[in-house]
Amino acid sequence: MMRVDITVNGRARADDVEARLLLVHYLRDVCGLRATNVGCDTTSCGSCTVLLDGASVKSCTVLAAQASGHEVTTLEGLNRSDGLHPVQEAFRQEHGLQCGFCTPGMVMAAVGLLADNPDPSEDEVREGLEGNFCRCTGYHNIVRAVRAAASGGRA
Amino acid sequence: MSTRWFGQPIPRVEDERLLRGAGAYLDDLGHDALAAAFVRSPHAHARITDVDVSAALDVEGLVAIYTYDDLPDRLAEPLPLLIPHPTLTHGRTPYALARDKVHHVGAPVAMVVAEDRYLAEDAAERIAVRYEPLPAVVGIAAARAAAHLVHEDVPGNLAARMTQSTGDVDAALAAAPHVLSLDLAIERSASTPLEGRGVLARWDAEARRMRIWSSTQTSTGVRAAVAAKLDLPLVDVDVITPDVGGGFGVKIMHPWPEEVLVPWAARLLARPVKFVEDRREHFVASAHERGQLHSVRVGFDDDGRLLGLDVRFWHDHGAFIPYGLIVPIITSTQLLGPYKPGAYRVTFDSLYTNTVIVTPYRGAGRPQGVFVMERVMDAIARELGLDRTTVRERNFIEPHEMPYDHGLVFQDGRPLIYDSGDFPASLAKLKQLVGWDDFEQARETARAEGRRIGIGLACYVEGTGVGPYEGGHVVIETSGKVKVATGLTSQGQGHQTVFAQIVADELGVPLDDVEVVTGDTRRFGYAVGTFASRAAVMSGSAIALAARAAKEKALRVAGDALEANPDDLEIVDGVVRVVGAPGAEISLGTVAVLSNPLRYAFDTAAQAATQFASGDPAKPPVPEDDEPGLEGRDYFSPMQSTFANGMHAVVVETDPDTAEVKILRYCVVHDCGTLINPRIVEGQIHGGVAQGVAGALYERMAYDDAGQLQNASFMDFLMPYASEVPSSVEIDHLETPSPMNPLGIKGAGEAGVIPGAAAIASAIEDAEGIVLTSMPISPSELWELRRSKETG
Repeated sequence: MMRVDITVNGRARADDVEARLLLVHYLRDVCGLRATNVGCDTTSCGSCTVLLDGASVKSCTVLAAQASGHEVTTLEGLNRSDGLHPVQEAFRQEHGLQCGFCTPGMVMAAVGLLADNPDPSEDEVREGLEGNFCRCTGYHNIVRAVRAAASGGRA
Repeated sequence: MSTRWFGQPIPRVEDERLLRGAGAYLDDLGHDALAAAFVRSPHAHARITDVDVSAALDVEGLVAIYTYDDLPDRLAEPLPLLIPHPTLTHGRTPYALARDKVHHVGAPVAMVVAEDRYLAEDAAERIAVRYEPLPAVVGIAAARAAAHLVHEDVPGNLAARMTQSTGDVDAALAAAPHVLSLDLAIERSASTPLEGRGVLARWDAEARRMRIWSSTQTSTGVRAAVAAKLDLPLVDVDVITPDVGGGFGVKIMHPWPEEVLVPWAARLLARPVKFVEDRREHFVASAHERGQLHSVRVGFDDDGRLLGLDVRFWHDHGAFIPYGLIVPIITSTQLLGPYKPGAYRVTFDSLYTNTVIVTPYRGAGRPQGVFVMERVMDAIARELGLDRTTVRERNFIEPHEMPYDHGLVFQDGRPLIYDSGDFPASLAKLKQLVGWDDFEQARETARAEGRRIGIGLACYVEGTGVGPYEGGHVVIETSGKVKVATGLTSQGQGHQTVFAQIVADELGVPLDDVEVVTGDTRRFGYAVGTFASRAAVMSGSAIALAARAAKEKALRVAGDALEANPDDLEIVDGVVRVVGAPGAEISLGTVAVLSNPLRYAFDTAAQAATQFASGDPAKPPVPEDDEPGLEGRDYFSPMQSTFANGMHAVVVETDPDTAEVKILRYCVVHDCGTLINPRIVEGQIHGGVAQGVAGALYERMAYDDAGQLQNASFMDFLMPYASEVPSSVEIDHLETPSPMNPLGIKGAGEAGVIPGAAAIASAIEDAEGIVLTSMPISPSELWELRRSKETG
């Protein structure tokens, strides 16, 4: 067991974990934050995407130990009491989700993308989300949602 | 007036919860549960000579290890053959854990239960299984050759041979002015939902009741199977479908070995147990579909009209056949699409191979059938020098010929009779949408720029809403809130939204007051499941009928209270009122109070229903043919399926150097009858189209000759990202209402995927001037085809 100090959704935590514990399992099983899903185990699907110091990473391929001393934001970290985060709201308005399993990772990837590029073109959104699978929507409305969130942010 | 919800493209009621991360998928449940992991066969075909668990026993946190020899009673028997058929003469199903032999890579050999999944896998990898490898049968050619057998007692690897026919095909072909022969192939792919399979079981030892959560498309099917396998009364088994991360067909298969083993272990250990499939397991231990070879002879006249169609095909169903012949039966019937074939004969063989089992994947045999028929149409056009749309038009079933009886038996055992559709109108819409008649100009412009573009199309008909039945329950609570339940399950389709739209309209209540539960046997015990684009047709209709029953009672009870004729009442925004008499009204919540004669009041509102407050002393409190409460329950069981249809057109550009295929335009004309929620229908089409493109250009199951799946991960299986799908899908709807159900609806879930491979093949052929006979096609395969064309 080893000690990790990780700030999760703005709250500093200290936990004793096994060295092999993946960040996604730390978030789900130790922190009880279960929005972040596991879809592949091979860094391919992006269902487990979270922000590590503001940059989107796939938490199935990061050890909890590697996140020690850093800040992690999960989908739950976007939640506010007065409605949805603009990216979440855009996904709702544009029907950017069906089964919802990829959605937490997709929203976090979109948040990371918009942090880097606040006004992406359609091609930039598609390239930016390469790395996140969705099997339900054909991505059509996801791309629209991300662009809508971007233009909402500008307004 | 209240809003009419039916037909409105409203945002989904499911989404806010899912977007906040409050979805509860299978792995989000059971934090206190033990974890199961499986030792799986690394061989496609082998005899098990020894299983040595000794090295695993000292793994900390290990709770139990089970092999076949531990299985009692009915659990030791083969798993069920779910859909028997008279022609399925050699149906074989697996054991829950391998007995003596393994028949495909990924077959479960031992189950390990431990305190968590990390520890369960630690123990699993220490279990030493000794195998004596046997020759593997991989692919249709090897299965037909039958040099080796998958099952010793199944000669020729043949599970079933089935023929259907109408008319005299041999005579029609002999007399036809033109006859063509085609050999056509489609490779394997798979549903591949983002969430794999999973099951959690809790045994209540005091109540002797089992509660199971499964990521399934049929909770009632799982319930019946577990009750039978564990010898439990059905009433003591609950199966609950939590949020499900996609299904696309693979989760209609049941019971999976894990679905019976996990509840059994939970009862044995008196602890909750959970199994969550990982991605590699999903590739090698769930199910695939699509792999078929077809050999066709078609006879036609000088105008391109079909005179006779003779189809022979071979279906690779993998190592076992628990789901029966549904996929090849669908191919053999739905191949006909919107066309009149003349005389028709189809024969298929369903063959064993040492690969993962085959069960329906979205489209379920139709993408193969449509590929075959549309290749035939394009071949006729090429042979006669006709426009491809002209050949199709000349063979369409005309609207005045509906209902059209093909004289065949469909997948539900019922006659293949199309109920509705206007195929000429659909094609006219498609030609206009894609600009079919102006394409030559675009081709010339592109050619002048050194670019190759091509256009293709494909048409399909899809039998949706198959039986036997679904039911719905609508209860109006004393709060005025409406609680709706149906037994079939949801995997992201938006059922809560569309069923709420139906109920809000039927009852005249605000949408926000309606709450829908699906796939929970505690709420509704009679159901079939979600497959064959049937949820809206079957449960939507049943729920509408149940809501009408509840409304009829509400008007009756309100009529008594308001001293008015029920025929003079209407319900608006949850209030029953006398038409044309302002102020004469009563809320549905109060009607619900009055519908249930009480002895004991539980709140102020309920006092109105107590024995000294209401009731006619001359009548019993509950009339003889009535029930207390304000609710309706009804079932919908149509005579046959309802047939949706659609047509897709695609414009592609092929790279002259790399042979990469880029989709420039993707156009869809779609007729699923009356639309409940156009936004949701379009979302289904978008997703289906993406899977169709995937099956045409990217996805295949790459088995080697030893039966090893070479691409059993998302690193190697080319599922499209946002960067690979068409950037726009242009959709036009035609709404010809179905006469088969009270809402006029037809299924929409699978449609988008069905003609993808056929339409894209047609477009690539058009761009390249070559003939395609198999899909999917990779750039290297297209490049080879070009080279062989150039070398003649």
